[in-house]
Amino acid sequence: MASLRTTARLFAASRPLFRPASFARSYATVEAKSVDPVPSDNPNMKTFKVYRWNPDTPTEKPTMQSYQLDLNKTGPMMLDALIRIKNELDPTLTFRRSCREGICGSCAMNIDGVNTLACLCRIPTDTAKESRIYPLPHTYVVKDLVPDLTLFYKQYKSIKPYLQRDTPTADGLENRQSPADRKKLDGLYECILCACCSTSCPSYWWNSEEYLGPAILLQSYRWLVDSRDEKTAERKAALDNSMSVYRCHTILNCTRTCPKGLNPGRAIAETKKILAA
Amino acid sequence: MQSMMRASPAAVALGQTMQKRPVTSNAEDPAQILVKQRLNRPVSPHLTIYRPQIGWIGSSLHRISGVALSGSLYLWATAYLASPALGWHLESASMVAAMGALPLAAKVFLKATLALPFTYHSFNGLRHLMWDLGRGLSNNVIIKSGWTVVGLSVTSALALAFL
Repeated sequence: MASLRTTARLFAASRPLFRPASFARSYATVEAKSVDPVPSDNPNMKTFKVYRWNPDTPTEKPTMQSYQLDLNKTGPMMLDALIRIKNELDPTLTFRRSCREGICGSCAMNIDGVNTLACLCRIPTDTAKESRIYPLPHTYVVKDLVPDLTLFYKQYKSIKPYLQRDTPTADGLENRQSPADRKKLDGLYECILCACCSTSCPSYWWNSEEYLGPAILLQSYRWLVDSRDEKTAERKAALDNSMSVYRCHTILNCTRTCPKGLNPGRAIAETKKILAA
Repeated sequence: MQSMMRASPAAVALGQTMQKRPVTSNAEDPAQILVKQRLNRPVSPHLTIYRPQIGWIGSSLHRISGVALSGSLYLWATAYLASPALGWHLESASMVAAMGALPLAAKVFLKATLALPFTYHSFNGLRHLMWDLGRGLSNNVIIKSGWTVVGLSVTSALALAFL
């Protein structure tokens, strides 16, 4: 056993002695291509222009990189195209994705000028027109299509997005509510916090430090109207200042862009009514 | 690595040398990598790449027309106030005379330029009042009411210009 171990060590330790310098270990690199490597017999090529920025070369300006894919070989959604680009053309392309069915909110980005989830956005079949893909507007870019959402999550935390209640229920069971009260939460609880609406809002672009933005205000409204919550007065007091809510100038890009078909604009209007009442 | 190169094969065979490698090949303080990156992060493009839609274009025109209207009111009122001291003739009679002397096209153009911001801001203001009551906030109505306001304000501005 001892001799075996020595022999093994001989081989393992002496390897660098015999290995030429060119075998020095480094990161794997794959040359980026821009055109579909396996187009079909009757290719239907579409150009995708994608925002690129690499934190490893921070002084280089962000650029738009073109990729061409054969739509006959690509799935129907923008996320399918992005995944194909990453798998087959350019593994350095960076984006967030997870569920591919519009429930996680990871793949939120600006596609052809509007914010949406790449997994819920069909690739326009018009191949004459190129598709342009940017990260969510007016966010700090971590890399390529990945935005820094730290502030967004901090703002979400600031509205205390959980049930606040001191009195226990009479029978010690769940906090029940009437079907009518439950109905008030429809159109609010479905929000997945993808940040599409907040980053489509010009008011949020210019005032994100203090203005909460549509997504967080929709969540805030969801707790304001929850019949089980007992801190409504405190929640109202926290919003009652010139910045948190009232930077909303009813531009309504939020309602227009929501990939889940929700209405943050209406939630903010109702919040304003509650605050004014 | 260097000590390894100098070690005799016999020493290696007997396991008398140990290969040593630093934990990281990067001299940079790892805690500072993200901090440094954050300083350099670009802001993603916004106004220039967002698709022009009636909602936000209309909203920015509402702001611009409001600023233009109140700005020209302040300018005009100040000039009117200062006109006797400066010897300007801004009183109604001389304004009517000056306007009457203009060719028809200039009259219509001047009146339309003043009327359009006024009509647009007024009609769109009604839309805002509706929204503040919590009505007309569905996507469908937002788009329709937006174009209705454009149509109403252009036609009423032309009507005012040809008065």
